[in-house]
Amino acid sequence: MRIRNTRARRTINNLIKLISLVSAVAGIAVLFWILADVFVKGAGAINWQFFTEPPPPPGAGTGGLGNAIIGTLLMIIFATLTSVPAGVFAGVYLVEVNPHSKLSEWIRFLTNTMMGIPSIVTGLFVYAVLVKPMGTFSGYAGGVALALIMFPVITRTTEDVLKLVPDSVRESALALGAKRWKATFSVVFRTASSGLITGSLLAVARVSGETAPLLFTALNSPYWPESLAQPTANLTVTIFNFAMSPYPEWQKLAWGASLLITTGVLLVILLVRTALSRGGNK
Amino acid sequence: MFCKKQKNMTQDTLFKLATGTAAFLIPLIMGGILGALVFNALPAIRAFGLKFLITNEWNPATGKFGAAASLFGTVLSSLIAMLMAVPASLFIAAFLSEFAPRWLKKPVRYGIETLAAIPSIIYGMWGLFVVAPFMSQHVQPFLTRYFGFIPLFKGPPMGIGMLNAGFILALMVLPFITSAMYEVFVMTPRETREAAYGAGATAWEVLSRVTLPQSLPGVVGALFLGFGRAIGETMAVTFVIGNTHQISSSLFSAGTTIASTLANEFTEASEGIYLGALFELGIILLFVNLIVIVIGQQWLKKLKQRGF
Amino acid sequence: MSQPAVSPVNQKRSNIASEPASTPKIAVRNLNFYYGNQQVLFDNNLDIMPYSVTAIIGPSGCGKSTHIRVYNRIFELYPEQRAEGEVLLDGVNILSRQTDVIELRRRIGMIFQKPTPFPMSIFENVAYGLRLHYRLRSGEIAARVEDALKAVGLWDEVKDRLDAPAVSLSGGQQQRLCIARALAVEPEILLMDEPTSAIDPAGTARIEALVTSLKNSITIVIVTHNMQQAARISDYTAFFYEGRIVEFGPTTRVFTNPVEKATEDYITGRFG
Repeated sequence: MRIRNTRARRTINNLIKLISLVSAVAGIAVLFWILADVFVKGAGAINWQFFTEPPPPPGAGTGGLGNAIIGTLLMIIFATLTSVPAGVFAGVYLVEVNPHSKLSEWIRFLTNTMMGIPSIVTGLFVYAVLVKPMGTFSGYAGGVALALIMFPVITRTTEDVLKLVPDSVRESALALGAKRWKATFSVVFRTASSGLITGSLLAVARVSGETAPLLFTALNSPYWPESLAQPTANLTVTIFNFAMSPYPEWQKLAWGASLLITTGVLLVILLVRTALSRGGNK
Repeated sequence: MFCKKQKNMTQDTLFKLATGTAAFLIPLIMGGILGALVFNALPAIRAFGLKFLITNEWNPATGKFGAAASLFGTVLSSLIAMLMAVPASLFIAAFLSEFAPRWLKKPVRYGIETLAAIPSIIYGMWGLFVVAPFMSQHVQPFLTRYFGFIPLFKGPPMGIGMLNAGFILALMVLPFITSAMYEVFVMTPRETREAAYGAGATAWEVLSRVTLPQSLPGVVGALFLGFGRAIGETMAVTFVIGNTHQISSSLFSAGTTIASTLANEFTEASEGIYLGALFELGIILLFVNLIVIVIGQQWLKKLKQRGF
Repeated sequence: MSQPAVSPVNQKRSNIASEPASTPKIAVRNLNFYYGNQQVLFDNNLDIMPYSVTAIIGPSGCGKSTHIRVYNRIFELYPEQRAEGEVLLDGVNILSRQTDVIELRRRIGMIFQKPTPFPMSIFENVAYGLRLHYRLRSGEIAARVEDALKAVGLWDEVKDRLDAPAVSLSGGQQQRLCIARALAVEPEILLMDEPTSAIDPAGTARIEALVTSLKNSITIVIVTHNMQQAARISDYTAFFYEGRIVEFGPTTRVFTNPVEKATEDYITGRFG
């Protein structure tokens, strides 16, 4: 038998190894390229004014994005306060109350499917059911759109972390005479709390960068938000509008807003990762 | 005692009711989305019928609308993205599972995962201000010079357009496909890997002839999910695709996708028929997206049930 | 080189260990092995004689598998594992940096505890190693696959369904398939790591018969926790205890007249 040259086989192996190394390096390089651009171009826009003033009129003067920062925060808080309880409850239902029924199976399937809905479609839906009947774009509509994106994510996270709680924990609480709801909220939740918190944080991080669902719900506004019942300034739609504008000052503000959001999202993820790895070492 | 028992009963009933309501919100919202989109699209559905899907005309002035260009752009940009992202993801997943020294695995994984965390609007900004100039000055002239005989690479190098959109989308789906592939790669049983190495295979031979065939079904599922993601992506594409309702054979020319048409035009649409056409686009997007994602999910679920 | 291993543990046994007369196929010299900082093999010295079956026995966790996993350097898949010392294959140290590991693994086949069919057809499984190592026309491959399947007595059972997935075979058949896969590349040595521990009695009997019939053409090292099996099929037996080779010699001698108390206790079932 003619033996294949091991050197040739080794060469092919090394070639593939090299390509895979290059691919990985390229992926990481792009990450740093993006981050570097965001930091370099955004850093110039960050100053006291950036946080305290509303944007300047087109093509004239200077200003900040204080109103958009407040608006974004308000909508995220609104979305979190509504979607986290709803999502946690739905997750509890799927694991603790009715885990094995056909209905739950169906809801589980729909939850996964809902997570895959393009966020712009969620925006369309909220426009149809809130903006159109109310006759105005509003911060509430924006908050609801964000909440609808978070809702299935929180449900799924809750389901996943509750499933990790061993049945013995549940049973020992019930065996002590605890009622079902009390067992769930006092014992099961305490066991799963870190997972729930990190999951919620990740969901918040994800929606804080969302733009598409706000385009025709919250819209945008050059003014300070007085109430969420009106069109509400927010960072991401501002980035979209200002980046596409011909005014250098606006473009600069858009990069500043990009820096702010990117930093925020990455910080949350870093936080979650360190928390997770510390939990893993325990 | 009796009274107390009654009270406890109601507490647990309340608990069931509250959680059940929350869970039932999900089908309710899904149904609501479908209903609301269809209801609002009715004017356009009545006016254009099925021809909407194949008509390549989009004229708010005359009130004539067709989805062909948007649909074409959606599918094409996502396909370009997959063509670029899949090989890269394969190699990165291969690097992580077979080639990388141990100390390098975690940093590379985290780095790739971080790509997924960057908001899409940042990708859009970066694509417009950084990638587009780079493409028009370097990449596109290069492609035209050496591959210009192919219609795909003809046309003025504007930087923005299908190619740019595909590239940005590729970056965005890459981390998802990579980690999905990596996860199925490491599912190959330890014994099987040892046996393959024990037979004298190189890492690449183990990967290409044992690991990959074994993980192929899982990889296919991952591709579906990545494709679904690319189809629905809005902001990044809106920045770089040029937003023109046209179907062109050149990858350099501007186009549009369903999502970017919605993002660009929705707030400008005033008349019922225009708005209806946009809602109808939304329905098409929702359906294409759901089909791809549901196929991917069911596929992966079946695999899991078979003990894959 | 021609002097077989002398166990440093006990000098008085040197005359026994030197019973094998010819040149060893594999000579293990002062092999130490570590998982990270933990040492699991201590000064192993062993001679594997050509065209013989050497059984490695001992209580679980004593380092039997670890020991033979050095011979084909499969342990290197795990960066925290480390071997020191020498393993001489025909007098050449395979632990040296110059060793071509691919070539080494072509010459030394390995069979694992659990059958390890690859996710492909029965035919492709056997052809796998052939295609890796040899340049063959498809007719030659088919002929060699057939030969290998005949050698393990599987041909008649599978000749009508060579394209069926290998996982469709029974456990015992899968293990014989893996042996055929290893034999197809014509290795000089076959390492078997408890090859029958996951197989039913009938399958085990077939594999044992196979091992006996193979030793005219190949050198076999088999790790087993089954005393009877070692006694039935092996020519030499090495007894491992806590990472050391406590006793080594012809099987009949080790089983009938063990020198070490530990060996006797183990063989007679007092522990293990």
